[in-house]
Amino acid sequence: MTDQIFEYAPAPESRAIVDIAPSYGLFIDGEFREAAEGKVFKTVSPATEEVLSEVAQAGTDDVEAAVRAARAAFTGWSALPGTERAKYIFRIARILQERARELAVLETLDNGKPIRETRDADLPLVAAHFFYYAGWADKLGHAGMGPNPKPLGVAGQVIPWNFPLLMLAWKIAPALATGNTVVLKPAETTPLSALFFADVCRQAGLPKGVVNILTGDGATGAELVAHPGIDKVAFTGSTAVGKAIARTVAGTRKKLTLELGGKGANIVFDDAPIDQAVEGIVNGIYFNQGQVCCAGSRLLVQESVEEELLDSLKRRLATLRVGDPMDKNTDVGAINSAEQLARITALADSGEAEGAERWSAPCELPDSGYWFAPTLFTGVSQAHRIAREEIFGPVLSVLTFRTPDEAVAKANNTPYGLSAGIWTEKGSRILAMANKLRAGVVWANTFNKFDPTSPFGGYQESGFGREGGRHGLEAYLDV
Amino acid sequence: MSAGSSASALADVTSSDSALRRYLHGLPGVDTVGLEARAATLGTRSIKTTAKAYAIDLAISMIDLTTLEGSDTPGKVRSLCAKGSNPDPSDRTTPQVAAICVYSDMAATAKQALSAGGGAGIKVASVATAFPSGRAALSVKLADTREAVAAGADEIDMVIDRGAFLSGRYGKVFEEIQAVKEACKRPSGSGGEPAHLKVIFENGELSTYDNIRRASWLAMLAGADFIKTSTGKVAVNATLPNTLLMLEAVRDFRAATGTQIGVKPAGGIRNAKDALRYLVVVNETVGSDWLSPDWFRFGASSLLNDLLMQRQKLSTGRYSGPDYVTVD
Repeated sequence: MTDQIFEYAPAPESRAIVDIAPSYGLFIDGEFREAAEGKVFKTVSPATEEVLSEVAQAGTDDVEAAVRAARAAFTGWSALPGTERAKYIFRIARILQERARELAVLETLDNGKPIRETRDADLPLVAAHFFYYAGWADKLGHAGMGPNPKPLGVAGQVIPWNFPLLMLAWKIAPALATGNTVVLKPAETTPLSALFFADVCRQAGLPKGVVNILTGDGATGAELVAHPGIDKVAFTGSTAVGKAIARTVAGTRKKLTLELGGKGANIVFDDAPIDQAVEGIVNGIYFNQGQVCCAGSRLLVQESVEEELLDSLKRRLATLRVGDPMDKNTDVGAINSAEQLARITALADSGEAEGAERWSAPCELPDSGYWFAPTLFTGVSQAHRIAREEIFGPVLSVLTFRTPDEAVAKANNTPYGLSAGIWTEKGSRILAMANKLRAGVVWANTFNKFDPTSPFGGYQESGFGREGGRHGLEAYLDV
Repeated sequence: MSAGSSASALADVTSSDSALRRYLHGLPGVDTVGLEARAATLGTRSIKTTAKAYAIDLAISMIDLTTLEGSDTPGKVRSLCAKGSNPDPSDRTTPQVAAICVYSDMAATAKQALSAGGGAGIKVASVATAFPSGRAALSVKLADTREAVAAGADEIDMVIDRGAFLSGRYGKVFEEIQAVKEACKRPSGSGGEPAHLKVIFENGELSTYDNIRRASWLAMLAGADFIKTSTGKVAVNATLPNTLLMLEAVRDFRAATGTQIGVKPAGGIRNAKDALRYLVVVNETVGSDWLSPDWFRFGASSLLNDLLMQRQKLSTGRYSGPDYVTVD
């Protein structure tokens, strides 16, 4: 028996719990309807390239209809007492909890991320976000934004594909709690969970038009944010698109929040709790296949412990289970799209071409679908593209530093400024470092921890405005 | 391997009390939140079908089937030995347990019962050194150990002096482990292997994870063959995080010295699900080198019957219930 190896048998989550229709329309004014121009596009499972469903591609007329529906609903919704709005939002939160398993399976199918993650991270956070903001709905006068702060009107929201339902929750929950109505466009590659959310809204009896979902591509998003009937634009996604949106919105009365890219530094000092730091590094860059805007994609390690840390890290990466996202034991799933895979591959290749040393975890990748093995680069300098550009994939760039000042200088030497991590057993050093790091979120001895009560957002090219917590209300109130 | 040679790479650190203290306090710290989160994540692994069957048999073969009660009698010990030798009378393919763990005055009874009852391959583990509190003079602890060894114990489960450890007298703890290790030797000329030494920290009393890591290194430097979480007699016994931490310690110790040390969580592991979680933690922390009764044990009493019920369910497809496993 002892020469046998403990191999985990396949433990696939059942697909039977989710019923995906062959086609979906747009959710406008409480009804699903086909796109005015009748255009559709397919959404595939990135793990298998299987076509999951066909969804409507919203055009100009559909954007118009959705914004009009949201405008019409705004009068009634914003006039409701906070306690009444809270009832709807609490109900949505409870339904999301009740349907958590179904939505987790759906999200895994459409996005490619492991079921363990959608089950244990995405869905619990989604429900928590709605519960949290439901609680604010009748307490807005106590949020420090005046005695009776007013909603803005219709919010146009465009969200990314990395955490489809969670980003929806981050956008819709505060908007509804503050009395706004919403037109939301999910990402082109992950439209399904937003459409299921539309069904949740119906189930909760949410008044028609308060939430509208438009599926489509970048053109749909551009039309939405440019629409004159929108009072507030909220976008999470790439810095390039964020800049384009900022140009569109410039000179209008629209209020804007942007949550964009990042190149987070995870800083490990020589007195760090090494085993937990290794876990934090793994969680920082390989969680969600590294497709996280606040990923700790740059590891800054004190030179004196570099070798020890890298040995531990590589040993740990060799145990990551890469493969079928529906298997309950999978740690790293599929890359979301062929396009994203090509971008990751190109940037990783540039790392090699520029002289950094590449190491990938030994793992077998499936034949179909979009896959990239967890990878790290050593011998990276600040000048390398892989140290400067957001890769948005499971690729870690390892750099070293000698002193705390050097760590701060290198960490801040980026046009971004979303996240940073500090690993040390010395509390005073954590506080001193956190004060000097230009990043919206600084984690100490942990990474990628999220909570609805905690504001999240960036500096510089990582965007502006905060989501989550009391601060997250401000983006949706006229203050 | 003797304590001296196993730790030769680190001989300096045990040269004085202050050197030992500096070394133990220089070990990397343990972040409580991170450690517990890692254990919790590993706890969600889903072990099914063939993997489950393998893991259940492995777990059974790793059990130190234990009775450590004031009310222990020769009859009780004999019945436990019979259970360990033939855990499931309805299925002879069931593996035997690794050891029977008893108080030192029962070691001879256990030894006899096992060799007479088809359990000759099962070890006798005897607790010693004023178990569970460890509050006695060193001479008493050593006499306790020698008695157990003389009675035929193959393994000695000693407790460290937590009072000395918590008051920072690491040298005292170190020397005591070395002395007990010495007492584990058989009389010269008998030709017998020395009894294997398991060193119990009583993690629940050490209280912090930093202390548990220090105790692990202290015991390994002093010559422990196994490090063991707990006596099973206090409120907090083996937990997934503290076992994970000790596995990290044996992994790092082997990397530093080349010597492999075993790990034994004990106390509070009552069902198959828990046992499988521990095996997952072993598998993903130290790997298959430790997945054997030579290097990993469960100190448990009621765990065996739950493993047997799960085993029956896997082989028959039906859950039989507690009336279909023997109560010993």
